[in-house]
This record gives sequence, structure tokens and C-alpha cells, in this order.
Amino acid sequence: MAVLATKETRVICQGLTGRAATYHVGRMVAYGTQVVGGVTPGKGGRRHLDVPVFDTVVEAVAATGATASLVFVPPASAADAMIEAIDAGIELLVCVTERVPVLDMIRVRQRLQGSRTRLVGPNSQGILVPGETQLGVMTTINACKGPVGIASRSASLTSEIVAQTTAAGLGQSATIGVGGDPVHGVSLADCVRLFLEDPATEGIILIGEIGGTDEEEAAALIKELKPEKPIVAIVVGQNAPQQRRMGHAGALAAGQMGSAKAKMEALREAGVVIAPRADLVGVTMRQALAGYR
Amino acid sequence: MNLHEFQAKELLTRFGIMIPRGRLAASGAEAASVARRLNVREFVVKAQIQAGERAAGGGIRFATSPDEVGTIAADIIGRRLMTNQTGPAGEEVRWVYIEEAVPVVRSFYCAAVVDRSRGQLILVTRDRDDERSAGCGDGTVLPLEIVGSTARGDFDRAASPFGFEPVQRSLFAKRLSQIAEAAVSLDAILVEISPLALTPSGDFVALDAKVTIDDHALFRHPDIAALQDVNEGEDNDSVMLAADRHQINYLKLDGDIGVVVNGAGLALATLDLLHQAGGRAANFMDIRTTATSLDIAYAFGLIATNPQVRSVLVNVHGGGMQRCDTIADGIGIAFRRFGCSVPIVVRLAGNNAEFAATRLKSYGVSVVETADMWQAVNTAVQLATLKAA
Repeated sequence: MAVLATKETRVICQGLTGRAATYHVGRMVAYGTQVVGGVTPGKGGRRHLDVPVFDTVVEAVAATGATASLVFVPPASAADAMIEAIDAGIELLVCVTERVPVLDMIRVRQRLQGSRTRLVGPNSQGILVPGETQLGVMTTINACKGPVGIASRSASLTSEIVAQTTAAGLGQSATIGVGGDPVHGVSLADCVRLFLEDPATEGIILIGEIGGTDEEEAAALIKELKPEKPIVAIVVGQNAPQQRRMGHAGALAAGQMGSAKAKMEALREAGVVIAPRADLVGVTMRQALAGYR
Repeated sequence: MNLHEFQAKELLTRFGIMIPRGRLAASGAEAASVARRLNVREFVVKAQIQAGERAAGGGIRFATSPDEVGTIAADIIGRRLMTNQTGPAGEEVRWVYIEEAVPVVRSFYCAAVVDRSRGQLILVTRDRDDERSAGCGDGTVLPLEIVGSTARGDFDRAASPFGFEPVQRSLFAKRLSQIAEAAVSLDAILVEISPLALTPSGDFVALDAKVTIDDHALFRHPDIAALQDVNEGEDNDSVMLAADRHQINYLKLDGDIGVVVNGAGLALATLDLLHQAGGRAANFMDIRTTATSLDIAYAFGLIATNPQVRSVLVNVHGGGMQRCDTIADGIGIAFRRFGCSVPIVVRLAGNNAEFAATRLKSYGVSVVETADMWQAVNTAVQLATLKAA
């Protein structure tokens, strides 16, 4: 059983008929993802990418048995789409939409409480389980099945580190993008928990950046669990100017709060190996795994 | 997006929050005439810059006559005001806000703010005069629930530790609910009132206000978006705003290596790598997934025309949404438009990397190509050093 999704996972896409969604879901189908339907209000009854389109998530779930949904809806209505999916009982919800208003995400978080849904994102590249399934917009060319679980706040750096771990002869069990927004679904700590429970994952890479407390929370969890699996981390943004938002809405350092240095310190203290440079993450993981075997 | 004090206060009155009587002025003479019309015994003259701790920098001063208001305003306007929050360059004061000075019995810090780790909106309340003592010196933190366009919370409980009489307590709780409602209605990630003053007549009045609106929600608030003050403020740099319209997150820095990167994480990593290699970036750049080749050409133009730049580092890892060839096309277009007098080091990986290298050649862009990221970074640093020598 892989992390979060397998090749049997039945997936619908909210916003399927849009231009970007059409392109990326087409790539997902080619990768082997079980895309079983789409939701676009007002376009129910049509077919798109050779799957049925429904007006609502409830109808789509009833007709297709989907348990996962990929939200490809513009920022203004992304939160409503997520809430609709939560109310319809979707188990795995992945939102790739960038620039969702923060207070909308708080509304989504309120709805997630007590629900059966696990949210990945927003502003996430999604989930990739190499050789099994792809729920998201990442490139798959450098990915290959292997023992490393990657959890990341950055899509571009994930592509980079996927390539590094493949070049290091390792490969990935899964990659999860927690997203670059300040308020999001699953956290780096949640991903650590998932990867520790996953027998296919032998080592974990955490890709962090300035801002927020995701890395500190992951460090606290790791310190508490004292895991058997090696964990390598990189935290970028050490040389970013203070008080400026660096690309991601969530990447902002102010004083000691959210600084790369403090995050690395917390992780190191929890027993995590900090990669010395951004280009050496794959190699560092290989060394860490060799030490454990 | 940060608002000026006078903008924030005006917005807050929509929710019933009381503010002192006041008006904006852009010159000493105007300030004096504003003060005359206010017709009160004591005035406050407040510099309008988007940074806190203005009082310590001389940006908030009291006056007892309209003439004195005029003199102070004339002194402040046009100056660069430096506070603990502005950095050494300070910020230019273009306006002052003239207000009636309000007598204060007690003063409080109240803020509705997004708590990102809990994924909640919270309301923080503290007695400003009681900071070091135990108990309510730490203040109360009230989690809020967003319901429609307002926020629900136990405001009475949040108002209870301060030892108010029942009438005052319910008035204070009402102010707290108004602050929470303002945050939700305005899509604010911060509504901070400090001080919220208890006056001798028993009212709670907002003496200062700081409001930060979520940039990603401005589409719902065209009236607030129109306030965007292009010339100043940390989020309001005009080059940055123009780049933003081209789907590029751009920030000018003080080094000499221009960087072209896709994605915020890789961009931050590139700054760190440059630093580790002994170089300094001339800019931060994150090409968003939505940028077209023409957008990228615009961004490359910013680097090609920056006289500070001695070498350019292109570090691109093509993803599913932003492929290498789109970025190569952008660089090619800019190269033909502006030329580029400094060496360009290119490292392309991921989606369509090889095709992108071919595209660059067909545009006639001469580049130093390296497959390795660390080597590319070092080459860019060396070339910049050579150019400087």
C-alpha cells in the first residue's frame, strides 16, 4: 500500500473542462491514473477526455465510486469546490489552485474538522506515486519507483530533488506537495507520519522554506517519535531579505520567526540530517540510507 | 497589501468602530487649516507611512494650536522617516493625518490575525499598561469561527479578564466583535488596533490602526485595490508590481548576479547556493507557472537592462506547468530586444530541457551551458568577479 493513493484510486477532477485541467488530466491518464469523471457545474451530461462530466461532486461520486478529487478551479471559487468535495465525502482532496484567499482557506479548514477528507494543498503540485498514480501537475520524467518519500512546500524544488534522488540511484515511494500557502491541508508533520507508516518508504526528505511553523512542527514530531527511518531536510531562504514575501504567499521571514536558520536548528536537534547544499540532497539521502542499512 | 493609518481607520468606521475626528493634509498650510476646522484644544500630527513605531522616530507629535500643527506638519512632510521597522533608508512622508488628541484612561492592544499554524483567525487582546504583570498582561487569545461574512467567538469571555464594569465590558466585547467582523468582511490577514483607548466618557476609541489586506482577495475588493499606493511601502514597489502583472515574482537585491529561476522554492535555493559560492544575487526571481514567453521576456529585460548585473544565472527545472522551452523562448525574445552585454550561464533540467537548449541556439543567444547546478552557480560567480576586475 502506497502513501495516500495507489493505481486503484478512482479520481475525479473538479474543473475538468478547463484548458489547463484538460492538459494536465490528459497527462495523468497517460501516466496510468484512474480518472473516472469530472465536475463542471452546468456541463453535466457531457463527456470530456472520454470520461463523464457531472454538475456536482455528489453525483460524480455516486456514479463513479471516486474517492479522490483533484481541484482545478480558479481561486475565486476554489474554496467552494473544496467544501463541496468535503461534504460529498471525498477521502483524498488535492488542490493545485494558486492564490486562494487565506480566509477562504480558513473556511475550508473549519469544514475539514471532523470530516473524512484529507486535503493536500492548495498551491500544491499534488501527489506522485511513481509507477502507480499521479494526482497533480508535476513533471514525471525524472521520477522512478524507489524507497524515498518526499514532502515539500515547493513544486520546483521537488522536481529538482526527485531528479537528484533518481540520479543517486534511489527513486521515490511518493512525493507530496503540502503547498506554498500559509494556510493549507496536510502539513510536513502529517507527511512524516504517513511515510513512517508506509513500508515502501525507507527514508524521508523534507523540503522546507522560510515562513510559518511547518518545519518546527515536523521537528517536534520527529523528536517525539524517534523514527527508525533516516530523515534528510533542506530549508531554503537563508539569504532572503527580511519581511518580504518570496514568491509563495507563505514564504516570509520576520525576525527570528520563520527563519531558515531556526528551522534547520529545530530539525537538526530532532536528529534530522540537514543537506549541506540544495544540489546535494539526493547524495545526502543516499549516505543517510547507507548508514541505516 | 498594507493600508495607511487614515485608510484603515476610515474602513473600520464601516463596522461601527469609533475613531477620533481627523483629516489628511499634504502641506503645512493645509494642516493648519484642517486643524482650525477641527476646533479642538489639543491635536496629534501623525506621519502617514506604512511602518510602525512612528512615535520613536518623531513621526507622531502633539500640538496645542493650529499654527503649531502647521509648523510640525511642514517639518515632517517631505522628510524620510526612519523607525525600527523601515530600515535605514526610512520612508518618505507625503501626508500627515491631523487628529483630535483624545484623553486616555486605559489602553489596549486588540488584533484579529490569521494564525497560520492553527489555520484559524484569532483575536488577541492585551492591556497595554499591564505588559509585565501576570494574568491578563499576556492577554487573551480567542479563536474565531468564520460564518458567512462575519466571525463568531466568545467575545464576552475575551473581555472578562480586564476588570470592567458590566456596561463597559459589553461595550468592549462589542468592539472586539467589530474588529473580528472587519477582518472577515475586508479579507484582512491583520486588523490591529493599538491603542484602543478607554476615554473618560467611557467610550472605546481606536487611536491607531493597522490593516493588511490579503493580496489574493483583492479581486473581491476593487475599492481597496484602488488604494494601492504605487510609490511606496514594502509591498508596493512599482517594478515589483509591474513584474507581478507579468506573472513574475521579482525583487531587486543589491548583488551583481542576475538570476532567472522558475518556482519560489528553487529561486530561494538559488539565492542560498549563490551565497555559498561567495556570490550575491542582483535580484530574486520566481517565474510563475502562468507566465508566457512574453512575460519571461519582460522579466529577462529587467535583468539585461540592470547596470548592476555582471553575469546572469539561468537556473531552471522545467516542471509540468512551466516547461524549459517556454523560458528559453522568453530569454531569446528579450535577447533580441535588449541584447545582453554580460555572460549568461544556463542550467536547464527537467521538462523539455534539451529542446530549450536548441531554442536558445536558434535565437542566437550565446550561453555557457552546464548540466550541474552547483557548477553553474560557481561559473556565474566567477564570471561576475572577472567582469568586476
